[in-house]
Order: sequence, then C-alpha cells, then structure tokens
Amino acid sequence: MPSYTLEINKQRTTIQAEADMPLLWALRDKAGLTGSKFGCGIGQCGACTVHVNGLPVRSCVTPVSSVADQRITTIEGLATNNHLHVLQQVWIDQDVAQCGYCQAGQIMSAAALLESNPKPTDSDIDKAMSGNYCRCGTYIRIRKAIHTAAGFYNATQEVQS
Amino acid sequence: MNATLTRRAFMKASSIVGGGFALGLPSIGLAEGVSLVGSAELNAYVQVRGDGKIIIFSGSPEMGQGIKTSLPMIVAEEMGANWDDVIVKQTPEIDTERYGQQWTGGSFTLYLNWNLMREMGASAADMFLSAAAIAMERPKSELRAIDSRVVHIGSEDSRTFAELAGLAYQQPIPNKDDLVFKAREDYRILGTSVSQVDSLEIVTGIGDFGIDTQVQDMLYGSYEKCPAVGGQIINANIDDIKKLPGIIDAWIVKGNGNVKALMDGVGIVGTDTWSVFKARRALKIKWDESDASKDSWSSFVAFADGVGNTGQEVSIDNGDVEAAFSDPNNTVLDSLYEYPYLTHMCLEPMNCTAHFRRGADEKDHLEVWLPTQSGPRFQKMALDRYGLEKDQLTIHIKRMGGSFGRRTSDESVIEAIELSQRSGKPVKLTWTREDNIRYDFLRQGGFNRIRGAVDPKGKVLAIEEHAIGVESGGQPSPFNGPNPAAFPFSTMGNVRGSSTNYRMDTPVGPWRAPYSNTHAFVSQAFIHELATAGNRDHVELLIEMMGEPRWIDDGNWRSMNTERAVGVIKLAAEKGGWGREMPEGRGLGFSFYFCHAAHVAELAEVSVSKSGEVRLHKVTAALDVGPIINRSGAVSQVQGAIIDGFSAMAGQKITMENGRVEQTNLDQYPVLRIHQAPEVDVHFIESDYDPTGLGEPGLPPLAPAVANAIFAASGKRVHKMPLIDEGFIV
Repeated sequence: MPSYTLEINKQRTTIQAEADMPLLWALRDKAGLTGSKFGCGIGQCGACTVHVNGLPVRSCVTPVSSVADQRITTIEGLATNNHLHVLQQVWIDQDVAQCGYCQAGQIMSAAALLESNPKPTDSDIDKAMSGNYCRCGTYIRIRKAIHTAAGFYNATQEVQS
Repeated sequence: MNATLTRRAFMKASSIVGGGFALGLPSIGLAEGVSLVGSAELNAYVQVRGDGKIIIFSGSPEMGQGIKTSLPMIVAEEMGANWDDVIVKQTPEIDTERYGQQWTGGSFTLYLNWNLMREMGASAADMFLSAAAIAMERPKSELRAIDSRVVHIGSEDSRTFAELAGLAYQQPIPNKDDLVFKAREDYRILGTSVSQVDSLEIVTGIGDFGIDTQVQDMLYGSYEKCPAVGGQIINANIDDIKKLPGIIDAWIVKGNGNVKALMDGVGIVGTDTWSVFKARRALKIKWDESDASKDSWSSFVAFADGVGNTGQEVSIDNGDVEAAFSDPNNTVLDSLYEYPYLTHMCLEPMNCTAHFRRGADEKDHLEVWLPTQSGPRFQKMALDRYGLEKDQLTIHIKRMGGSFGRRTSDESVIEAIELSQRSGKPVKLTWTREDNIRYDFLRQGGFNRIRGAVDPKGKVLAIEEHAIGVESGGQPSPFNGPNPAAFPFSTMGNVRGSSTNYRMDTPVGPWRAPYSNTHAFVSQAFIHELATAGNRDHVELLIEMMGEPRWIDDGNWRSMNTERAVGVIKLAAEKGGWGREMPEGRGLGFSFYFCHAAHVAELAEVSVSKSGEVRLHKVTAALDVGPIINRSGAVSQVQGAIIDGFSAMAGQKITMENGRVEQTNLDQYPVLRIHQAPEVDVHFIESDYDPTGLGEPGLPPLAPAVANAIFAASGKRVHKMPLIDEGFIV
C-alpha cells in the first residue's frame, strides 16, 4: 500500500492508504481525527469540509494522493494557541447547533468565507454556505452567527492593523 | 469520599423516589473521568465535587432535541445551583431502576421527567439546607439555597455548596411528598436561554457521536443486504473480496428474516471504512428474490385513484354525516390528498461499535457504543438475543447526529455485533448514505380522500376522511389513521373516518411527528378549502370549530384543550399580521394543529411567481407547551421543525419499483439549503400546565400553512406533496 505524508493542522503525518482513499477517511480512520464528518460520500452535504491551502474542500471526494504535502486544516486545528476561532465562540454563544453533526463542516465553510470576504452580505453567505446541509434546520442561527462573527473579526483586524 | 460512602449515598438516593426505584446492588454511578475525591452523591442524578462543580446526570439520550441541557436545568433550578457550576454527564449505564426513563421520543421526554427532575433538585436542596442548619447553627426555616450557596435570610451568613457537600450527603433524605417546588416567579434558570451543554465539543470537533468511537484494535465493518427487502442470499464472490486491499475478512451471513434484527447479507471487515465501502462495489451477490418485496409506488398511486369516500375499516362514526352531505342547501367538497414516502436522512449514518468477547471469567461479554433513542430497549433485546446477564453487557450511550424517529430499532447494532463475533475484534460498522436510504424505516406514503359539508352561512357541518395507507409486514402502519383524537374529529359532531390498507413490504416507521406530519396537511388544508367555499375567514372559522372552551378529555395531557388552541390561533394571527393586504403574487396561509401535547398555530407568508416559483418568506408560530425550560433550545426546535417541514414539503419523495427504493443519495433527494430558509418568528404562551416537548410539534402545521398561502398567492390548490409534483419550483 502506498504511503503519503500529509500536513494536518501544522503537523506532518505519514499514512498508508490506497491512492484513491478520500482524505476524509484518511483523517478519520488513519489519523484519528474524527471532527470531519461522513454524511453522503458524494460531496453534497458538506459535513466533511476541511481547508486545503486555506480553501474549503469536500474531503469525502478529495483523494488523499492529491493533497500530499499540502496544508490541511480540520476543525480540530481551527482554534490556535488555545484560543477558539471567533466563529467557534459565536457558535457557542448563540447556541447554533442542534444535533451538531454538520456544524464542523458549517464552521469550516464559514471560516473560509470570512478569510476571503470579511464582510459578507446575505447573498455572499448564501453562495458560500449552500453546499452545507443542516438536517436540523439551524440555518437562521448559522446566518446570524456568521454576521456576528464578521463584526468581531473585522474589529480584531482593525485593532491589529 | 470512598466507595463505601458512595454506596451509602446511593442507597439513600434510591429511597427518595420510592415506587420505581427499588434498592438493588449499588453501582457507583460516576461518569468516566470524574474524580471521586471530595465529591458527594446526593442522589442518583446529583453529585457535588470538592471544587464546587455540580455534576448533574442526564438519563435521556441526546439527538439534537436539547434534552441533555433542559432536564439538568430543571434539577439545577430546584436545587438552587448556579448554572455556571454545573457539569452535565450522560448517565454512565442503563439502569432504569436507578435512573427511571432512559429513552427519548414522542416529544414526551420533558413531560415524563418533569416531576422526577424537580424531585432530584429539591431533595438535594433540602439536604444542603439540613447541612447548613448544622454548620451555620441557624434554623433551617431561615435558610435558602441560591446560586450554589446556602444563605441565611436576615444576615450576611452563607456557605457554598462545596463547603457543605461533605455534610449534606449524610443528611436524611427528605420524603418525596414533603418536597416543595419553587414558584415560577422565583425561577432563575428555567425560562432563560442557555447554550447546549455540548456546544464546545461540537464546535471544536471533539463531539462524542457514535460514529466517532475509537477502540483499541478496532476493525471497520460494512454490511450489504438485498436491495429488495426480504431477498435471501444464494452465493457471493467472497474469495475475490477477501483479496482486496484493506480487507481483513468477509462472510456470507444468513439472517433471521427480521428487518429489525439480521437480514441475509455479506459482512466485510477491513482496516478502514473506505476499504470496506469500496469492496462492496466489487461484490457480486446472487439473491433469491422470490419472497422479496415487489413494491411499486406507481401501482399504489393507481390503486388510490379510484377509491371512494368510505374505506374498509371504519374507526370513527359520530353523528350523521350523510344527512349533511345529502342536504341540497349545503356545499359539499370532495378532495384527494397525496403524500409521499420520506427517508429520515439523519446526517450521521446508522452506525455502531461492538465488541463481543470471551472474558477471563469464561463468560461472554458484549460492549457496545450505541447512538440510540432507547438504551433500555436495546438492553432487553440484547440480554435475550445473546443470552447474557446484565453484568455481561456494557452499553455506552452516544450522542446522535439526528434521529427523527430513526434510531429506534437495532439492526445496525446487531450487524456490528455479528461482525465482531465473527472477527473476534471490536468492529465499528457504518452504513453508507445509500444504505441509510435503501434500508430505512420510511415515513409511510399514502392518500386521503376527504369530504366536507358547509351550510349556507359557512358553518362546517360534517367531515369524512378515508385514509388509504400501507400495510407492511402484515400490519397496517400505525400512522395511517384516522385518529379520533385528532382535530377536527375531536371537536365536531358529524364525523366519519375510515381506512383502506394496501400491501407494501418496504418497512415504515416513526418519522418526526408520526401521523400528524401527514394528517395536519390533509385536514388543515381541507379546512381552508371549506372556509373558502363558505366565504369565511379561515381564522374565524377555526375558532368557531373549537366551540366552548374545554379540555376535551379532562386531565389527559395528550388531549387538546380548546381554550389553549384558541389562544395560539389568536396569537399567531396577531403576530403574523393575518388579514393584511398582500401584493399580487404574495399570500398568507394559516393552520392550527394539536399533537404531541402541543397546541401550535402557524402563519406562512409565501410568494408564487408567474412561472410557479415558490418562495417561503416568513413563518410566524405561536405555541402553548406550558412553561419554557431553555428558551434558546425551544426557539431553535420550532425554527428547525418549520425548516424541516418545508424541506420535506418542497421536493422530497421516496419511490420504489420492483421492490427497490429508487433514490440513492442527496443528489436525488433535495433538501432545503440556507438560501431557501424562511425567517421564523416564534411566540410562546407559557400557560401553567406542565411543560411538554418541542422536538416534533412545530412541524405538522407548516405544510398546510404553506399550502394555504400558495392558494392565497396564486389561486392554485395544493393537494399533493412534494410541491415539485404539483408543478411548482422551489
């Protein structure tokens, strides 16, 4: 079986896997990182969303061989230096989740959105988030949380600059 | 604290609840990772640690309904805890003698635990007061438990719960009948908004879902069954499968023909989930389908096409419907409604991790990591099926990534156990998304022929319903109806209800708000048809149909109270702006329904474009479920149920031909996305009745409210779900 070196959450890990194994299963079953979730296996639900080089991808349809030596961030790596990402904090404060299963993917998509567009409109949110399905229907809170987080996010950026 | 003291504390705890809690062999009852040091167990549900943290257990499984937060809030309120000091843990074992109900469903969990949780909290508070009376040398009557302290009224004197814990657990257990619960105006926790207790774990990806279970030496498993339910296996290319990369073993498995236990199939275990999923694509299985399902949705549709107003089984026959229908002065409407099969689509697939092993004691031991709505049901089944005593079975109840009625049977668990028995290793078995749709216990599809008579003044005189439902496994679906306790049967004098059952072998089961999720659509859209025919305002007609203020079955919490019904109808109409002028192409629709002990009215605002594009802009909901426990959770449940209701109504439909479910994955089963979600405005009437749950009742009124709004906006009547089958675009 071939082996691949992955840079996951700033740590280099070598795993044994077939070339076509989706990144999702390499993360969950080989690297022991179960925060990225299996929902549909065809890139339709977004529960498996991770960042590759800062961009959101559906890890259930991304072969592990295609991301060797690329920079991968999962929900477990979103918080830095023991500080939650602003989206994670707002998600808690506004009690966004119900069952919670899709929320890692929702947050990863939202984090990529704020990275590229710190002041998203409702229409921007629709475009960036429509690939993330929530079976419990928490969309109203997801939208509000992204707007709130964007406010904090921009305030932080301004202080830093 | 040592084990002896804990045992004593447990025995005391057991006596408090009386009746259902017999003294038994005590278990320590501490969740993993909780230090015993310095902690005192006040009863089965409450422990106080030396650092002041209060452990409150939640006995009911969490599936997104918020019960793991709301039940402990009740305990914390009555014991005078500060919510910030509370750590909530799932009860560490299934022991219904110790913990009472440990299942969840029917939106009943809150109601059924309300008094027990209050007793647990109030008795803990009483023991703190007794301890404080000794420690502070004050009369108990002058002491109050507030904010994790006992304070003396009239002085500055106080002690923390942490300081008192060691003394408190030694105090006499109060008699249950002597407990006094707090008055609502004194609540400090109940009725506030708190974030659910597992929020941090969820947003950081360390949430404890069943599918995230990792056990030493674990294999990954998958199980292929016949695509037509009931097919028997003849042979399969097992030797080819065993040679595939990542595959450790594979077997042909003969089942017992029970869809809730073990069906024939091929089990595969491997080094990772992907390898076993991929190996299934290489399977070549020969099935004997002579006894398998031949279900055909199109045949069912053809059967329903010609049915009359009265079916084979008459279950409701009150007054004289025929007199109303035959009177030439009355207007008589006769409509056929249709609703499809639906799949649960829980985002976390069915899964289970199981380890069946022979212990050092030469006995079999079974350990399962189980996302389920009912641990006790599984426990009973497993003890019987595997011939185990309770000490040979360990059950870890895991958080569920949604359930909606799905996780109420054990077939995925039994498959995991089967593969663990065969491999001798712990096995995590995961269903593919396709498995979840193909092997679901679907929401039953069906038809409803409904007829009504309206007099010249617009009064509804009679209603007759004929439900054409499915019979599966030799039994009519319990959710076909008609149910005499449902509105409007429950309030009207002239009603007849009957049913005809059509054989469909595809398994059906509970799906969020069973029965009500179809009957509300049929009955409440039809009442709007009658209102229109009688030239009546829909809201006024609903209030008229409720009649005198009364509790229909006095004292029965699952029976409708017309006064509460009228209350929510008026509130939703007022808050949603019922009766206001709408621009062309835009309309308001109303509905009321009573189910799961909840009175709910909803008002939908919809626009329909000339090309038939439907947009649901806003829903205003008014509900009476008694006092609200966690306001954030309550609002969220209603919003989610409404969005789920619209998701199902808009485009979802499962069909089957030649016994095979035709849809395989999300690309063939549209679900509502963020850009389609309406604004939802939620209002509660917090009456003094005991609180009831909100997981389900927000959903049923949504479909008729939207159907009625579409008529107001476009003049087109919706008789069929999903909307895309009526020619609309969503």
